[in-house]
Amino acid sequence: MSEKTAHGAPDSPAPRGRARRKKATALGGGDKLVLGLMLGIPTLIHLLLVWVPTLGSVALSFGSWDGIGGFEDIKWVGFQNYVDIFTSYPRFWPAFRHNVIWLVFLMVLPTVAGLFLAVLLDRKLRFGRIYQSALYLPMVLSLALVGFIWQLIYQPEQGLLNSILGTTENNPTNWLGDPDINLYAVLVAAAWRHTGYIMLLYLAGLKSVDPALKEAASLDGANAFQTFTRVTFPVLKPVNIVVFVVTVIESLRAFDIVYIINKGRNGLELLSVLVTDNIIGESSRIGWGSALAVILLLISLSVIITYLYQEFSKENRA
Amino acid sequence: MTTSVKARKAPLRPGRVVLHVFLVLTCLMTLAPLLWAVYASLRTYDDTARNGYFSLPESLTLDNFSNAWTTGDLPHYYLNTFLITLPAVLLTLLFSSMVAFGVSRFSFKFNLGLLMLFTAGNLLPQQVIVTPLWRLYRLIEVPEWISESGTLIDSQLGVVMIHIAFQIGFCTFVLSNYMKTIPHELTEAARVDGASVFRQYWQVILPLCRPALAALATLEFTWIYNDFLWALVLIQTGEKMPITSALQNLRGSFFTDNNLVAAGSLLVALPTLVVFFALQRQFVSGLTLGSTKG
Repeated sequence: MSEKTAHGAPDSPAPRGRARRKKATALGGGDKLVLGLMLGIPTLIHLLLVWVPTLGSVALSFGSWDGIGGFEDIKWVGFQNYVDIFTSYPRFWPAFRHNVIWLVFLMVLPTVAGLFLAVLLDRKLRFGRIYQSALYLPMVLSLALVGFIWQLIYQPEQGLLNSILGTTENNPTNWLGDPDINLYAVLVAAAWRHTGYIMLLYLAGLKSVDPALKEAASLDGANAFQTFTRVTFPVLKPVNIVVFVVTVIESLRAFDIVYIINKGRNGLELLSVLVTDNIIGESSRIGWGSALAVILLLISLSVIITYLYQEFSKENRA
Repeated sequence: MTTSVKARKAPLRPGRVVLHVFLVLTCLMTLAPLLWAVYASLRTYDDTARNGYFSLPESLTLDNFSNAWTTGDLPHYYLNTFLITLPAVLLTLLFSSMVAFGVSRFSFKFNLGLLMLFTAGNLLPQQVIVTPLWRLYRLIEVPEWISESGTLIDSQLGVVMIHIAFQIGFCTFVLSNYMKTIPHELTEAARVDGASVFRQYWQVILPLCRPALAALATLEFTWIYNDFLWALVLIQTGEKMPITSALQNLRGSFFTDNNLVAAGSLLVALPTLVVFFALQRQFVSGLTLGSTKG
């Protein structure tokens, strides 16, 4: 920017108009058109397919519509959908609770394990690369596939887990069928995939920590733990934010694995499942599904805005 | 510095031994579910029916894989997946590199806003947009040779488009950060020599972005290959589903033969596993490019 305006500024009484014209001539008509298309086409696609539907969700959430007929068949009901969801929809609060548990679980277990493993691996270590590869291998698998693979472990009579525990005979634990425990069983599988990702993020972050800092700390008599908490961890703040954002978004998006296991019923309800049920499930209540989507949107936006603020304010300073 | 590290490594300290033992155990535990699936897939149905899964094998065989291949009609679903994944990855990279070029080489007032829009869009949970998108797709008419339904719903083109729209965000973010590290003098020199904007993009900047493009291609391939939701919602004909979304059908055709399910799962995982082993470095750098920029 500085360069372009610098050209236009000195001799022009109306800097803004001149600068714009300068830029135009600097680029030339053809170039301007090409650049406009290069920026415009992708932006249009993104706006049309991501942000227009987002606004659509907001609009439709105030209506009542079974999806049959045109838009003129929508009855506008104000906040009624929201009121109904919060007060009289039996599946909402369980789903909400499950999403919160999902988030807390992923925030604690994979994050702590991932950070711990990253710290262990962030040194010159024989076989270090092999360890790393093994630990993040699960993350190339889709969550749907993770659901498939873990079913082999959780099956009551033939699964690995009950075999190891010796509980395959009389009344074996039904890990995925018992609504009191199946959420946690699924979460272990989800955490299995998530931990490697977190480890990678932290490993990259740790590499950027200046070794001189750690050296100075240990020269001053800090032990390994102190060096980590006082020197390394504060430097990891940007990574922590990325991990936080990734985990929240992942928790809100969670869908595939529960859908594969039992279509998100019987203890595995999630907000994402409730939304999807309104399109491919038995009930087709567009306004209702949209109101649920808006609730998801509001939760995710709070995190997204935090992230954007952190990411792009850093950029401006640099 | 390397010598001092080497010197320190020479005497095997007990701490190191504990560390290695711990890491080996953790790795084995991490790989256990996959190894278990491999083990189950290599055994016959009769064997496991008689002896249970938690037992030594009577014999090992690859029959389950060939069975899964044919009963699950896997070649058909692989083809579906690649018809969606390849165009989606290529076009995502093309579009996002164009936007990244624009915002990193020119100083428009809207640059930051545009980047934020793309990044935020990429982070939205898919369910936020899925209902209106489904409606929208039924309104967009396309010729019948593209989609038999006459609209974008139930067409692979529709799935490709939403992947592009969604993934442009992440790739633009990563690529614009990457392009900012390329000196402005390069494009300036090209411009002075009379190169058009498009040539500056195509012949100067893009070749320099090869490492980032390779990393993103690897990552996007894995992500789009692994997509479950979009195809599940936007495609109604089971025949047209990509392989990940077709998993549900596969279970039906494998009834309750776990050995077959295991073999089928591994076959579905195979392309991503191959990518992982062959292009690990690209995969990892793609992920970390987006998250840490110093």
